[in-house]
Amino acid sequence: MTEIVRIENLHKSFGPLEVLKGIDLTVDSGETVVLLGSSGSGKSTLLRCVNFMETPSEGQVSLHGELVGSENNGGMQYRERELCKLRTRIGMVFQHFNLFPHMTVLGNVMEGQVTVLGRSKPEAEDKARQQLERVGLADKAEEYPARLSGGQKQRVAIARALAMDPDVMLFDEVTSALDPELVGEVLKTMRQLAEEGMTMLVVTHELGFAYHVANRVLFLHEGTILEQGEPQKVLKDPETTRMREFLEGHSLFKLPD
Amino acid sequence: MQHTWDFATIFQNWEVLWVGLKGTVVMFLVTVVLGLSGGLVVGMGRYAQNSALRWPATAFVEIFRNTPVLVQIIWFYYAFPILTGIEVNPFLAAVLGISLNTMAFSAEIYRAGIQSIEPGQWEAGKAIGMTYGQTLRRIIMPVAIKRILPALTNRGIEVFKMSTLASVVAYVETLNQAKLIADLNFNPIESYTAVALIFFVVLYPVVQATYALERTLRKSD
Repeated sequence: MTEIVRIENLHKSFGPLEVLKGIDLTVDSGETVVLLGSSGSGKSTLLRCVNFMETPSEGQVSLHGELVGSENNGGMQYRERELCKLRTRIGMVFQHFNLFPHMTVLGNVMEGQVTVLGRSKPEAEDKARQQLERVGLADKAEEYPARLSGGQKQRVAIARALAMDPDVMLFDEVTSALDPELVGEVLKTMRQLAEEGMTMLVVTHELGFAYHVANRVLFLHEGTILEQGEPQKVLKDPETTRMREFLEGHSLFKLPD
Repeated sequence: MQHTWDFATIFQNWEVLWVGLKGTVVMFLVTVVLGLSGGLVVGMGRYAQNSALRWPATAFVEIFRNTPVLVQIIWFYYAFPILTGIEVNPFLAAVLGISLNTMAFSAEIYRAGIQSIEPGQWEAGKAIGMTYGQTLRRIIMPVAIKRILPALTNRGIEVFKMSTLASVVAYVETLNQAKLIADLNFNPIESYTAVALIFFVVLYPVVQATYALERTLRKSD
């Protein structure tokens, strides 16, 4: 298996508050890794350190075996240009979609391709239409985001990230802002991506998704990985009381027998 | 008080007022361009991550927002040359006072407009690999400008009226010329009324147009 993301001894502090306390994680090509944990456990921060939306306070991140940044007397130094380039290879989908309101759906999916990757407009449009097809929204290409439902917006956001041909996709609680009846269509799209072999790192509260789709589940607690393994093992028979308490808190989640 | 209105002398001296109106327009154009474009730079400075940019920009805004333009113009005309030895003519003194004040006010308009954009928009731009400048240009400004434009046009209207303050250093503009006519013909009531009317006639259609603009922008939201 090819290693896509490697995280070593990752620490992140916001002022005096240490949110991540030394995380080690490797994600292989085609793997879907789900990060679980209660709010404040650091799971979103960990995700945001992978594409440097947040700069790690300590530790190293590598993509495809290439170390991000350069070592400089004990610490890491990052250049903005390097990080911009890195982010083109890592797709990210947010809780609140963050679609560009002044562009059509097609424009949203073309924007990064044209402005950042320098693709020609016809090429970007072709690619954008393919990705919209992939998330089942080919017929919405000419609409503005305001006219779409939450689930449709989120699938456009997924298409926007996919259009950049990323090596890995990051999903940051992408169904948390959706009405319950719209959650399914987004999870279905994500499941389809996983089955197509996309490498994915997913922060979610959807334990059903973790159970059925993830290759590996990580449980974060107070900035460290408390438990990890196959979902069938971790979700059904957790080793720690913390994890058990966490799972009991999700009373809506019923494991299949 | 009985006053018999007589605008005859005003009409006889229309050329004097015309020269003044041209002076007003020149003052407006120079100060509005300098003020609004400079304000964008100062506004970006106010928003900058780097405190070496943010501090001077903030100081600038506070100084010019919290002192009267009239005092600034007088200061640049009388005090500045004595302190620096640099000669300042009435035009330059008025341009400095009005445009620096406008920069300070419009900087706040730009800053507020840009800050009104949800942080998620910056994040979305960043996440697809855009630089700060690309995100600002392609994602933030096209949306922010709709929120900024109405406030900016209001500022422009203020700048047009502020040009009369230049008369305090005898720059040749409409109010200055009206005073000339008033002193020569002893008709201050008609002269100053004429100035008010001239400004009203010029600005009324402009203000109506800005209402229309605001309606259009709201509709496209």
